[in-house]
Amino acid sequence: MSAETLEQAASASEKRQVVVGVDEDGIQNYTINFGPQHPAAHGVLRLVMELDGEIVERCDPHVGLLHRGTEKLIEYKTYMQALPYFDRLDYCSPLGMEHSYVLAIEKLLNLEVPLRAQYLRVFFAELTRICNHMLNLGSHVMDVGAMTPNLWLFEIREDCLNFFERASGARMHSAYFRPGGVHQDVPLKLLTDIGDWLDTRLPRLFEDAISLVVDNRIFKQRNVDIAVVSKEDALKWGFSGPMIRGSGIAWDIRKSQPYDVYDRMEFDVPVGTNYDCYDRFMVRVEEVRQSARIMKQCLQQMPEGPIASLDRKVVPPKRGEMKSSMEALIHHFKLYTEGFHVPAGEVYVATESPKGEFGVYLVSDGSNKPYRCKIRPTAFSHLQAMDFMMKGHMLADTTAVLGAMDIVFGECDR
Amino acid sequence: MSSVHSAPRIVNAETAAGELRALVGADLLDLVEAHFEITLVVARDSIVRVMEKLRDSAQYQQLMEIAGVDYPERPERFEVVYHLLSVTKNHRVRVKLSTDEATPVPSVTGLWPVAGWLEREVFDMYGVIFSGNTDLRRILTDYGFAGHPQRKDFPLTGFVELRYSEEDKRVVYEPVKLAQDFRNFDFMSPWEGAPYVLPGDEKAHAQAPGAPTPVPAAAPPAPAAKPSPVVETKKTTDKPEDTGAGKAANAAATEQSAAVKKPRAPRKTAAQKLAEAGAKPAPKPRATRKKSEDKA
Repeated sequence: MSAETLEQAASASEKRQVVVGVDEDGIQNYTINFGPQHPAAHGVLRLVMELDGEIVERCDPHVGLLHRGTEKLIEYKTYMQALPYFDRLDYCSPLGMEHSYVLAIEKLLNLEVPLRAQYLRVFFAELTRICNHMLNLGSHVMDVGAMTPNLWLFEIREDCLNFFERASGARMHSAYFRPGGVHQDVPLKLLTDIGDWLDTRLPRLFEDAISLVVDNRIFKQRNVDIAVVSKEDALKWGFSGPMIRGSGIAWDIRKSQPYDVYDRMEFDVPVGTNYDCYDRFMVRVEEVRQSARIMKQCLQQMPEGPIASLDRKVVPPKRGEMKSSMEALIHHFKLYTEGFHVPAGEVYVATESPKGEFGVYLVSDGSNKPYRCKIRPTAFSHLQAMDFMMKGHMLADTTAVLGAMDIVFGECDR
Repeated sequence: MSSVHSAPRIVNAETAAGELRALVGADLLDLVEAHFEITLVVARDSIVRVMEKLRDSAQYQQLMEIAGVDYPERPERFEVVYHLLSVTKNHRVRVKLSTDEATPVPSVTGLWPVAGWLEREVFDMYGVIFSGNTDLRRILTDYGFAGHPQRKDFPLTGFVELRYSEEDKRVVYEPVKLAQDFRNFDFMSPWEGAPYVLPGDEKAHAQAPGAPTPVPAAAPPAPAAKPSPVVETKKTTDKPEDTGAGKAANAAATEQSAAVKKPRAPRKTAAQKLAEAGAKPAPKPRATRKKSEDKA
């Protein structure tokens, strides 16, 4: 395979272009271009693959096609204005992204968050996890050939999105978590509705859909023993979340470095035993059940009280308060124009987002805008391991490996 | 400082800082403990050695992140920040070094293969060169992109924009044209040491920075020689008598004021008022007050 032919492949704009090269032994290798407009690429992934027959010899992912300069934009926005950008990173699990960011700000400010707000955050973060896994499990199943479970799981996802809408007003880009708490309190009816949903509809629909695939012969043939990653490799390649648990390491930031009220929750951390794509799938399936368990505990334990810090230098006052208090009006005006100033310093805060460790490295220079906000995406490390995971597998396994990685390009490319 | 926030709780063993200091040894330039996070600042050329020690002797198995930060005012403007995680000790540590545009940083791809893309990203965004990374291509920006967008001197709007050209039947790049300039508001409070002078304050200090003293205006043209009109009454007051003041005026003034009113009584103190009120229990009703007193 000469460098020229690789270059040709790289510059080709067609969806799939086949270039034939001949090496010293006279054996022909194909270089094909997978994506960026391919339904199984989960967004705008472009893979340049070198094939020996149907066996993948080398796989070079090209990312950045969805790069929007989020980190640069955040440097020009106040801390509050930068928050909605996090919804738009991993648009399948928006609240998981917000969680890291608000915790990073609170850590720099050393701001105490009321207990009810912490419960609400954990509650909706877990609902986000369910929502995210519905999309991923469904599309993974569809990538390897089954249609029905995806449609059934999307029904649950639709329920989740409706709940988000009732809590925050937006189905996807909620911007619900705020530095100091959450944006607004939830109606009691919403909590009882979610409670009923957790008891009846979620287990029924979910177990139905999953029972179609877990013991399915075709599904197992496509996933078992595909892309086995040992514990050592998982550590070396910076895996996190379901990917590292699928490789048999019981590492969950919610357990080991608990944030908000995760230390009060009882839940199990599932791990894989064969370290393959099937294990990663099953880890996510079990995580959905554990998330439902955490949400039920939240509903039982959630106290009454304020839903955001009462520190008026960070959290804006309620609208009603502004009508009667001059000071509240001033605080509101200052917070929505200038925003709050964060003391100089730097923190790295990572939370267990549905896809793995989502970290925010926040550098403040004492002004009202972040000096630097480096986002640590989960997909970046996972996708990089694509080359070594794919080596020696068939071309058709690409979709299974990609599906089990749970990659969303808004987050990978930022 | 006690922590009241609810961010992920990481316990630093009391001996952690001391152990790290001993482990890294002479390569350590500084050790900062802030917000319950430990930062090691190390010499640039020792990074591979330090990382190997941290991975093999201190159980920091995972490299989670490499971040670049740009400080244009420093002689070595870029900081490269590595975040390590130990899944066995349940601890995180941050390792920092600084470099500039030209000096390469030794790559840690030999220790962690994940560093490959992370270093590519820092290279793409800041132009930091990593020696030993065999695949140091751009990663997030467009094919054929020029410049390093995360540098502080790179404009937020960029330099080129692209569109589909119907004439050329392809996507074309053009210089950025904005209907309105990007407005970056400065929220520094002028009372808390903003580094500029507000309009109108220029004269407070001679030659304040940013507000040079205006060049004095050119002298007005000399009036044309014209015969000045003869004036009957003078409009200047050169002598005291021109003002209309003098003995006659003073006398007239005293005469007039004496006819109008008596001189005002000295103001009473609160104590005096109180004593008066005690002597006269029934104060004078308002209606009986005289007009002339009111005027006074």
